[in-house]
Amino acid sequence: MTPEIGHFALALAFALALIQSIIPIVGANRGKLLWMHSARATSIGQLVLVGIAFGALMRSFVTSDFTVVNVASNSHSLKPMLYKIAGTWGSHEGSLLLWVLILTLFGAAVSLFGSNIPDSLKARTLAVQAWISTGFLSFMLFTSNPFTRVFPPPADGNDLNPLLQDVGLALHPPFLYLGYVGFSIVFSFAVAALLEGKVDAAWARWVRPWTLTAWMCLTAGIVLGSWWAYYELGWGGWWFWDPVENVSFMPWLLGTALLHSAIVTEKRDAFKSWTILLAILTFSLSLLGTFVVRSGLLTSVHAFAVDPERGLYILFLLALSIGGSLALYAWRAPMMESGGIFKPISREAGLLINNLILVAATGTVLFGTLYPLFLEAVTGEKISVGAPFFNASFIPMMLPLVLFMGVGPFLSWKRADLAGVLQRVRYVALASVIAFLVIWYLQEGGPLLAHLSILLAIWLLFATLREWAMRIRLFDVPFSEALRRARNLPRASHGMTLAHAGLAVAMFGFIGSSAWKVEEVVFVAPGSTIEIAGFEVIFEGVERVRGPNYFADRGTLDVFRNGENITTLFPERRYYPIAESSTTESAIRSTLAGDLYASIAEPASKDAELSGAWTLRILYEPFVNFIWLGSTFLILGGALSLSDRRLRVGAPKRTRAIPSRTAPAE
Amino acid sequence: MNRTLAFLPLLIAVVFGGFFLWGLNPDRDPNEVPSVLISQPAPEFGLEPIVGVDTPGLSRSDLVGTETAVVVNVFASWCVPCRAEHAVLTSLAERDGIRLFGINYKDKPDDAARWLAELGNPYARIGSDVSGRVGIEWGISGVPETFIVGTDGTVLYRYVGPVVGEVAVGKFREALVQAGALPREDL
Repeated sequence: MTPEIGHFALALAFALALIQSIIPIVGANRGKLLWMHSARATSIGQLVLVGIAFGALMRSFVTSDFTVVNVASNSHSLKPMLYKIAGTWGSHEGSLLLWVLILTLFGAAVSLFGSNIPDSLKARTLAVQAWISTGFLSFMLFTSNPFTRVFPPPADGNDLNPLLQDVGLALHPPFLYLGYVGFSIVFSFAVAALLEGKVDAAWARWVRPWTLTAWMCLTAGIVLGSWWAYYELGWGGWWFWDPVENVSFMPWLLGTALLHSAIVTEKRDAFKSWTILLAILTFSLSLLGTFVVRSGLLTSVHAFAVDPERGLYILFLLALSIGGSLALYAWRAPMMESGGIFKPISREAGLLINNLILVAATGTVLFGTLYPLFLEAVTGEKISVGAPFFNASFIPMMLPLVLFMGVGPFLSWKRADLAGVLQRVRYVALASVIAFLVIWYLQEGGPLLAHLSILLAIWLLFATLREWAMRIRLFDVPFSEALRRARNLPRASHGMTLAHAGLAVAMFGFIGSSAWKVEEVVFVAPGSTIEIAGFEVIFEGVERVRGPNYFADRGTLDVFRNGENITTLFPERRYYPIAESSTTESAIRSTLAGDLYASIAEPASKDAELSGAWTLRILYEPFVNFIWLGSTFLILGGALSLSDRRLRVGAPKRTRAIPSRTAPAE
Repeated sequence: MNRTLAFLPLLIAVVFGGFFLWGLNPDRDPNEVPSVLISQPAPEFGLEPIVGVDTPGLSRSDLVGTETAVVVNVFASWCVPCRAEHAVLTSLAERDGIRLFGINYKDKPDDAARWLAELGNPYARIGSDVSGRVGIEWGISGVPETFIVGTDGTVLYRYVGPVVGEVAVGKFREALVQAGALPREDL
């Protein structure tokens, strides 16, 4: 019964979405307040109904109702409860339901919390949001119904792919989708603004909290995925430039550009059509991601079970939404007059550079990701584009961005005093170089690019801190006065400092763990000793252990440093009999200085198995935890900026924001 | 803002859309990355026989001037799928009269000899590639891999992974027919 309730709720949500697609926008055009306000009820109604459907599917998973096809093929009665719940969004159909749930969540949130947004803009935005949910609800109802029954039901399920049975991955899709799909509301705002033909500072301010929320969630989602890959796949890497990783990264890059260009629109009434375009493109890239993952267009390790018919339906939705919005853009954008004039040396110009680099970087990743498809279509040749391309193109592009990031916040709006700024950062540059030389002395060797990157990361960290210190006049005035200033500084400003510093911190992790990684792959028998990065690791042997739905071979490694036993690692090789697949559970000794990472694999040969020899992969990854630390800073920085007073208090009337030298930057 | 410039994003999106539409062709399998060796001459190599096995060694000259296309199979005793594939290859060599050559990849001669003694030896020639150097020349990504080489020493076909199961065997036999090593009616 429960699955039928879920299915029925989906159909009702589809009906509500249809109503919301039409009534509010017609109301906005005719000035009928009641029609416009109808979006409030329908958007909340959609959330409740899709929520019921999601709850129904989750219940089927929790109770292991194998009469539902989706449960039978993705769950198993012996699976731990957490993964039964996570199984809800582990399949194509279930994850699509989560996608739509988040879509309606953002719609309802705008209805509930966007009390300062004018009625007509809100009505149009929610109507556009309903267009998207109409498209995806119909997609689900017609091609990917998660509630399809099977008769006779199987005795037990097929189990979820064991690689996916992991806490990091249980949480990864919800956050990723909150980010991905969160940009839908920004897209809806942009399309609504194009329909209204009006974009101004107030618009940018209304959109900002939603952009920030989506951006934070996307950051968290990507980091969780990366963290999962790091400790679960057993290769010790955290980013592989796989197409599916790339499609989640591109909306992040463009979303970051949007976050910055929207500031210019908000403070200076400039970059208007550009901000709108970024808002459209960011969500377009999210849609592209959904399409790539579910259509089998590209080779990837992550893709869902694919079906060309589904791919065609999503492509049709893409054509409507992206094509439609860009056509609207081409028609309406030229009519938007641009505001605030600025000089080549100004904060506007700085943010423009930020945008240009981020957009170029996004274009590079997009090109690299789709190049195999283009080439195959044109010449028939099949290739794959891997990490070397992205490392060679993307990284050198991002380094200038880091250089400018250090200076940018020092620049004032409209016209900045270059000499003054250079004077302020003079000592920062000097200190960075000194710190860099010290590190170079301590850590000789490694690629030149890595050293250059370290220098830039130090520069970014110091410059960011210097800018923050300058704002609160630390050391210039008594400490209590500086503290008072820090308290009075807008939270958005603290948020910027934290996020920029976070990137610098994460950079240390990126660089350290890729350029100075030490790796050994060895055959070991009980009693073997491996020396790596100052550690002495003794392999004690392997024993067979049993988990709830798997068997595991658990290795025991005693780790010594300077003759002292500092820890014991237990890497595992798990076999899941029902899913007929194996996973690697690496064991990690984590410290801020670096991770000692161990994973074991099947014995090297039959003879080796008899003598107890195993393949042991052991790595030392310096600074890798700085990645997670820095990423946390990024997310907290976003949260701090989101809590800024100006976003909570009603936005001012549609008047031009008056720029001032003490204007907060984010 | 320039009117034509505003159309640019739409234009790019339409071009992308066209490629995507093409890419959805159900016959297309993006996971199938063919070898760069296809239609190229087989690489230059010369391998000694496995120590302790009577079968002669294998070098490039054995692949040129053959009567019909031959099969070159890369295998190892430590590779479990090779064991499954062995029966298929044996049947190809013994029932269909295909000339089968082997490259014994990164294997200890003793292990390889024992493996062949246990399962039987369908190979006409086997080169022992202990260092894995020749495997690199052939561009293999793992074992087993199986190539079909034409009478003039040109690589015609590459199969990655074990030729096991109806679909894989069907595919491989089809390739053999096209190479002229099997008559069409044997398909």
